[in-house]
Amino acid sequence: MDLYLPIANLSVNALVIVLLGGGVGLLSGMLGVGGGFLTTPLLIIYGIPPTVAAASAASQVTGASVSGVFAHWRRGGVDAKMGGVLVAGGILGSLAGAQLFRLLQSVGQIDLVIGVVYVVMLGWIGSVMARESIGVIAVARGRRAAPAARRRHHPFFASLPFRTRFYKSGLYISPLAPLLIGFGIGILTILLGVGGGFILVPAMVYLLGMATSAVVGTSLFQTLFVTAIATMVHATTTKAVDIVLAGLLLLGSVAGAQVGARLGTKVRPEYLRLGLSIVVLLLAVRILLGLVWRPEAIFTVELA
Amino acid sequence: MRRRGAIAALLAAPLLLGQAKPVLVPDVSQREVEIAYSFTGAELLLFGAILYPGGRLPQGEAPTDVVVVVKGPTESILVREKEKVAGIWVNAERLRYRSAPSFYALASSRPIARLVDERTRAIYELGVDSLQLSPASSAPADVQGRFQDGLVDLRRRAGLYHEAPHAVEITDGVLYRARVSIPARVPVGRFTAETFLIRDGHVLAAAVRDIDIRKSGFERFVARAADRHAILYGLVAVALSVLLGWAAGWIARRI
Repeated sequence: MDLYLPIANLSVNALVIVLLGGGVGLLSGMLGVGGGFLTTPLLIIYGIPPTVAAASAASQVTGASVSGVFAHWRRGGVDAKMGGVLVAGGILGSLAGAQLFRLLQSVGQIDLVIGVVYVVMLGWIGSVMARESIGVIAVARGRRAAPAARRRHHPFFASLPFRTRFYKSGLYISPLAPLLIGFGIGILTILLGVGGGFILVPAMVYLLGMATSAVVGTSLFQTLFVTAIATMVHATTTKAVDIVLAGLLLLGSVAGAQVGARLGTKVRPEYLRLGLSIVVLLLAVRILLGLVWRPEAIFTVELA
Repeated sequence: MRRRGAIAALLAAPLLLGQAKPVLVPDVSQREVEIAYSFTGAELLLFGAILYPGGRLPQGEAPTDVVVVVKGPTESILVREKEKVAGIWVNAERLRYRSAPSFYALASSRPIARLVDERTRAIYELGVDSLQLSPASSAPADVQGRFQDGLVDLRRRAGLYHEAPHAVEITDGVLYRARVSIPARVPVGRFTAETFLIRDGHVLAAAVRDIDIRKSGFERFVARAADRHAILYGLVAVALSVLLGWAAGWIARRI
């Protein structure tokens, strides 16, 4: 079923886009990641112009996280205070990121920087998460003795002043810690065109030491607001938000997110983290190959 | 418009010389192409008649050929070339073009290289290799050639630049017709369909018709809203995603 996209200026198979949204939504509901890091590259592979892909994927991630946030909220899995601080940091970060983006774009190396940052971030997060979750699984199966109790949170974050209590996260830390993390995610959101959940989830677990029950919900909460802001930024600056494309993606992803959220409660969190780490590592390898292998098109064209 | 002036001058040239040369009467199946939700590209039929002086087919002369060229609106583009640096492919050299056609399709009754020489091809921009792309920055000729080949190859693979020898049918030496398909991913704007009558390596006659490609109905409404009411459009996009997400959650709780 072919449908013409008025902003992307081309026609696509509507069913393929809905299914793509569905698959990404499933992951997003299960793992608490927005899925933008999958949607954007997949849309580009399908032939959608990169700016339109990034801009429209952002609004798809908003939709997928809304249903996730509602689902987790009812379960008490959203720390609104923590989420609010992360969003505040995210807004500041996206403003800084927009400047950086413009600078890199004028030099013509934005694609390279995106690729390298992806490989480094994904490779690092994926391997840390995989090692940790495999360790937990081994302990649970009785093959290995439980390791000595670890520090609750990273010493740098523990040393920050103005400590306050985040009840649902089970933390007593400085709000500067999530603010800094939110700021970093904000930069990445603009730079990579993703919600940042795949970085935020491990950051909350391993840097802040948050209670696992609140991690996914709070991450979705932050993703919801940051992607909504990103959509507005794109709509007013690049004018690349294709509402028809976003609608198709949304149809699939909101349904997928519901199924994913239900599946997510049935699976043990360490298995979820292992699954996410495998997806993340595979993607890192794929992007690395893209940088190293001779590209199919040596020349690229952009409107000037 | 400079080119159209040149074509007009060439059209007039035979008349000035006082020689009776054939005249082209071209037409296009559609003067306007409307893009709606189901648009997957358009197929244009370019047809017409060759009027010979005295209404008689010339006898014993070289065969007459017809070439049809459809061009999209020109764009200012920046082409970048990747190079391997320290094991990674990075953008290195770049070249800016002031006016590259966004779409170029050529249909001819015989392969264009057999009809006219290289100089004539360059004058009339006949063939994807003869496009006058006018680079904005000065670069050595070999670099320009490399970039032009790269650009043409890229657009050819995207179906935006296309050559179809033998695609023009000429019936009884008088009526001609050709089909040119325009893919869905062309930009909107004014397209031109140029028809050339060629004999003995010379362009005897040429004619131009305009074709407007534009969005209609809902598609035009969306494109306009995104452009003119950006903030409202963005808010609608966010509201749509929140609403759909919330609705899915509401439905899922009741199943």
